[in-house]
Amino acid sequence: MKIVVCVKQTPDTAATLTVVGGVASWGDAPLVLNPWDEYAVEQALRTKEAHGGSVTAMSLGPQAAKESLKQALAMGCDEAILISDPALERADSLLASAALAAAIKRIDAPDIVFFGKAAVDTDTEVTGPQVARRLGWPSLNLVAAISELDPAAKTITVERLLEEGRQLVRSPLPAVVSVVKEINEPRYPSFMGIRKASKAEIPIWSASDIGLQPVPEPALTWPEVIAPVRAEQSCEFVSGETPQQQAAALVERLIEEKLI
Amino acid sequence: MLLVYIDHFGGKPPVAAWEALGAGSLFVTGSDLKAVVMGSGVEALAGEAIAHGAHSVLLADDDRLKEFRPEVYADGLSQIIRQSGADIVLFPTTSRARELAALVAVDLDTGITPDAIQLVRQNGAIVATRPIYAGKLLTTEVNLARRPQLLTVRGRSFPAPDSDPTRSGEIARIELGLAQPRTEVLGYKQSGGGVSLSDAAIIVSGGRGVANNPALHPPPELTNEKEQEIWRAREGFKLVGELAGVLGAAVGASRAAVDAGYIPYAHQVGQTGKVVSPDLYIACGISGAIQHLAGMRTAKTIVAINKDADAPIFKLARFGVVGDLHQILPALTSALRQRLGK
Ligand SMILES: Cc1cc2nc3c(=O)[nH]c(=O)nc-3n(C[C@H](O)[C@H](O)[C@H](O)COP(=O)(O)OP(=O)(O)OC[C@H]3O[C@@H](n4cnc5c(N)ncnc54)[C@H](O)[C@@H]3O)c2cc1C
Ligand SMILES: Nc1ncnc2c1ncn2[C@@H]1O[C@H](COP(=O)(O)O)[C@@H](O)[C@H]1O
Repeated sequence: MKIVVCVKQTPDTAATLTVVGGVASWGDAPLVLNPWDEYAVEQALRTKEAHGGSVTAMSLGPQAAKESLKQALAMGCDEAILISDPALERADSLLASAALAAAIKRIDAPDIVFFGKAAVDTDTEVTGPQVARRLGWPSLNLVAAISELDPAAKTITVERLLEEGRQLVRSPLPAVVSVVKEINEPRYPSFMGIRKASKAEIPIWSASDIGLQPVPEPALTWPEVIAPVRAEQSCEFVSGETPQQQAAALVERLIEEKLI
Repeated sequence: MLLVYIDHFGGKPPVAAWEALGAGSLFVTGSDLKAVVMGSGVEALAGEAIAHGAHSVLLADDDRLKEFRPEVYADGLSQIIRQSGADIVLFPTTSRARELAALVAVDLDTGITPDAIQLVRQNGAIVATRPIYAGKLLTTEVNLARRPQLLTVRGRSFPAPDSDPTRSGEIARIELGLAQPRTEVLGYKQSGGGVSLSDAAIIVSGGRGVANNPALHPPPELTNEKEQEIWRAREGFKLVGELAGVLGAAVGASRAAVDAGYIPYAHQVGQTGKVVSPDLYIACGISGAIQHLAGMRTAKTIVAINKDADAPIFKLARFGVVGDLHQILPALTSALRQRLGK
């Protein structure tokens, strides 16, 4: 099977975010492989291990995003591709999905493309479905388990995690599968993998390499980034000699403040 | 003209669908507030949309829309939007509607702003405010040049209009040209049940501390330490559940609790779980790691119960109880039962 996994580089989730010059800044906190995408990479690798084939990791981003692709390689992906072009720097999801879809079309007959649920910087949760739509493939979103995959018949059955429960869906391949964290436990890169990844040459595809010429304008702009002001909360500790007294004191306060 | 997509599951809409209608009513007057209802056998829902303030409803009632399949719904909704000439389309931020909006955005070659918490009109465009970096920052976002503007609005960010069954409005039936669906919904398992986290006004959450009750003796057949821990944690989560029960609250959890197998992932609150903004959030045995705070920092009031007075969660809490949750929770539940007469 030809498997592709789309990954983004994001600031570490523990980073302190501030606004500097009107844009988000994470200071010198490290950039990492988007945590949700670790599950997508893991699922891509498991699919390869079960059915054979190869896994290509793909990222759209600045040159520095190579580091995250190296992490995907270290986990076991066979090759990596970086889509990088100054014209794609301020991409919204409409443009990012156009670029990713165009790049996927350059790859010889992929059977399945994995995405994470969300990128932890923009929190949009739409890129996977949008790429599916552009490719004209079914979008299997919020997938918590793959219950069946038949490469010969080119079908896949998944469990989608909806508010109302798990929905079982059967779909033809090729398809886009966006995964939630329940689907697996991502592996750590192996020592050998890290060595291999450090030496890997990662090709860079520009907008014209993927046939995105002229580059469409993004639809969205972000006039202002704001650090929410949170009034310093001073915690009122309820007192009492026993748990019963503490509980009673808390209930009184919650009722006084009309919270219950 | 403004359209509001009424999301539903088997004809039942989440509160968030009415909140989206409420958000829409802030921007249009007169006959311009239209709802879209899609499904099979959903005429009653169209009537409910009118009762909740829609002036008219575009109704696509079609057997082929019985199961929600995103690609089929997107085919239909894109047609409806094109025909209507709407320049703003609002959706509630549910998993279905968010994906649907994303697909329609591609069809109509326009922007999609998910999860808006505030909307203002400026120079003919809607400027949305939405959380980014798990709510550590906010950004304004605007689609200046393309129409329609597609936005999903976060639950509990806009007031849901009251239902008034005496309202009347036109229900226009729409025939859709739909391609043969390629996916097939085989069924459902392990249905949600209980109060949904995103809609809940009150959430009681448990963390790793829920397992920490050494006084509790697991049954002798559990010899393995991990099994004993999970058994203890499940006993602890019963206390969390009982408190949630008297409050009519949903049960949440930290990732540590989910990862340790105490409770399913569907309950996880935080950066890699659900983002919630209830009126009241009661954190029990949760330390307050930044990734957990990311999911609940917008709660109106936070109460923390923790045996460590220095736990970071207290920095965000309005009320704190320092103590062992295994003693505090039962006391709290019974005090509430008495006070609330339940
Ligand atoms: C990429 C990434 C994403 C993450 N996403 C999430 C997420 O979505 N949600 C999330 O929650 N976490 C997330 N985390 C994990 C997060 O960093 C913390 O590890 C986790 O939130 C800790 O859970 P906890 O507070 O239950 O456990 P701990 O930090 O172990 O805290 C347990 C608390 O319980 C208290 N306690 C113990 N016993 C008792 C008792 N008997 N009575 C009262 N109090 C007691 C202790 O004092 C302590 O404060 C993420 C981490 C990473 C790296
Ligand atoms: N720049 C990017 N490069 C590659 N994949 C991306 C990029 N942005 C988003 N994705 C993928 O789309 C998923 C959802 O991202 P988002 O829609 O931005 O929340 C992520 O988990 C990634 O799998």
